[in-house]
Amino acid sequence: MLAYILRRILASIPVMIVVALFIFLLLRLTPGDPAAIIAGDMATPAQLAEIRRNLGLDQPLLTQFVTWSGQLLTGDFGQSLISRTPVLTLIGQRLEPTLSLAIVSMIMTLILSIPMGVLAAWRHRSLTDSAVMAISVLGFSIPIFVTGYILIQVFAIDLKLFPVQGFTSISEGIGPFLQRIFLPALALATIYIALIARMTRAAMLNVLGEDYIRTARAKGLSERIVLFRHALRNAAVPILTVIGTGFALMISGVVVTESVFNVPGLGRLTVDAILARDYPVIQALILLTSGIYVAVNLLIDVSYAFMDPRIRY
Amino acid sequence: MAEHPSTAATGPGAKPVVRRNFLPRIGVRGLGLAAWIAAFALALVVLMALFAPLLSPYDPIAMNPMERLADWSLAHPFGTDAYGRDVFSRTLYGARTSLIVGLGAALVAVLIGLPLGLLSGFFRTLDAILMRIMDGLMAIPAILLAIAIVALVGSSLWTVLVAITIPEIPRVVRLVRSVVLSAREEPYVEAAITVGSSLPKIMWKHLAPNTVAPLIVQATYVCASAILTEAILSFLGAGIGTETPSWGNIMSEGRIYFQLKPSLIFWPGLFLSITILAINILGDTARDALDPKLGKRRQD
Repeated sequence: MLAYILRRILASIPVMIVVALFIFLLLRLTPGDPAAIIAGDMATPAQLAEIRRNLGLDQPLLTQFVTWSGQLLTGDFGQSLISRTPVLTLIGQRLEPTLSLAIVSMIMTLILSIPMGVLAAWRHRSLTDSAVMAISVLGFSIPIFVTGYILIQVFAIDLKLFPVQGFTSISEGIGPFLQRIFLPALALATIYIALIARMTRAAMLNVLGEDYIRTARAKGLSERIVLFRHALRNAAVPILTVIGTGFALMISGVVVTESVFNVPGLGRLTVDAILARDYPVIQALILLTSGIYVAVNLLIDVSYAFMDPRIRY
Repeated sequence: MAEHPSTAATGPGAKPVVRRNFLPRIGVRGLGLAAWIAAFALALVVLMALFAPLLSPYDPIAMNPMERLADWSLAHPFGTDAYGRDVFSRTLYGARTSLIVGLGAALVAVLIGLPLGLLSGFFRTLDAILMRIMDGLMAIPAILLAIAIVALVGSSLWTVLVAITIPEIPRVVRLVRSVVLSAREEPYVEAAITVGSSLPKIMWKHLAPNTVAPLIVQATYVCASAILTEAILSFLGAGIGTETPSWGNIMSEGRIYFQLKPSLIFWPGLFLSITILAINILGDTARDALDPKLGKRRQD
């Protein structure tokens, strides 16, 4: 088990190296002078020279990459070209809204999608099943920013149940926090709900045809225990897998949701940095999100063993 | 788009091996009501895109300061935007942008992904290197990668297309590779190797046809995903410039007037959702029809 975990961690190192290399080359291989791209149109020759020296652009590519990755490994992500603050400080300031959004959204997703999928599989080919599948296809196809604006229009502007936009920190009380985070978290959750409900249904349909389910029913267990203890537990692996691969949707969803709902989180920071071509910030954010994605999938791979005792490494 | 399955059955890439498997499964009866509605909706969007210059009452980029943010009227069915441009005309032209991006991304992703996947399934060393690169690419969130590329290279329709296609390629490569890995164990491939067929011939004649069905399904998802990504990029302000109308940039410009004029978000959002929905439904239909094994496993 421990050997397996170690092997998986080792296997994710080349992935992160490729990510770093790609981000590195993206700037260097872009047509034109990277220093000019960073500095923008208004840069003076002196500024250009300074940027070139700071980035080590006068060095060979390989040397540049080694120096740069060395700095990353020591936690030096450089500083923002715009605000001159260290990138990690900037990210730290924006962490809370994004984390809150992601966590609340994840909780909503799990509470809604798994029962939906179980119900659809249990009542296979019924009206409920069709309804769940229809919601799932709709949720998967309607873009987050469309869902977001519909939610704002209906629940915030027409019904006045929630504030229109913005973010309130949890330190200002749980009530106001939840009231502000509810709509953006729901908008972010829709696509994830659709994906997981669908996968839960498919996995449950597979499992419900097994002999041990018939046995469990035959020995008189209640339907609830059959469904949740026997069937869902055996359907856990594909559901977990899709939670992991779908996490990429969550990351890109955060970027869009924060823009629609005006949440000052990492997503806004990313868009602002990209529009301002604040390259150190862009680099750090792409590395960070890719790292989180890799880590989440690593955790999920490892958790298979705990969810399904049949899996042994 | 709506003719995906039949194009596959008659297209030059479909060899008898593939045809025997799925031709009988595709028929008028085989398609559900949802698939028909989806095909009809998509056909409408395609017509909108093709005949945009004939259908649109105004020049989509002609500004008219006298009629800023006008309401719904016979002259402007969807109203006008902040520059007095006719939103109906812009929405019609937006269909063009979306379909070009969607079809272009699907086509390019397949054209690049198919050969890479075929080679990767055959050569172990290349496979090891290529798969690490693909893993790395897949770990970068598609939207971040795309906006970063657009921001660095500049925003034209073509850079947006390239930026959207790059993150889609690994999925195609992985799919083709997995098909090749299982197909190369088949007796007919071993036979071809034994009688000394050349490698390109084995790949093209014996392995590539196996990938047609899964690629058609994958291409529909790439298409839907590319249309969505383009809209998101334009919406965030990192996409195609507003001189080329796209559903995303109409919405992007409508954002600040949202509380005043929800229609600026509503109409392009509606068309965008319908298009993506229709493509996804057709993709699901194609998947169920083209992959008998999957259909059985899903027990639908």
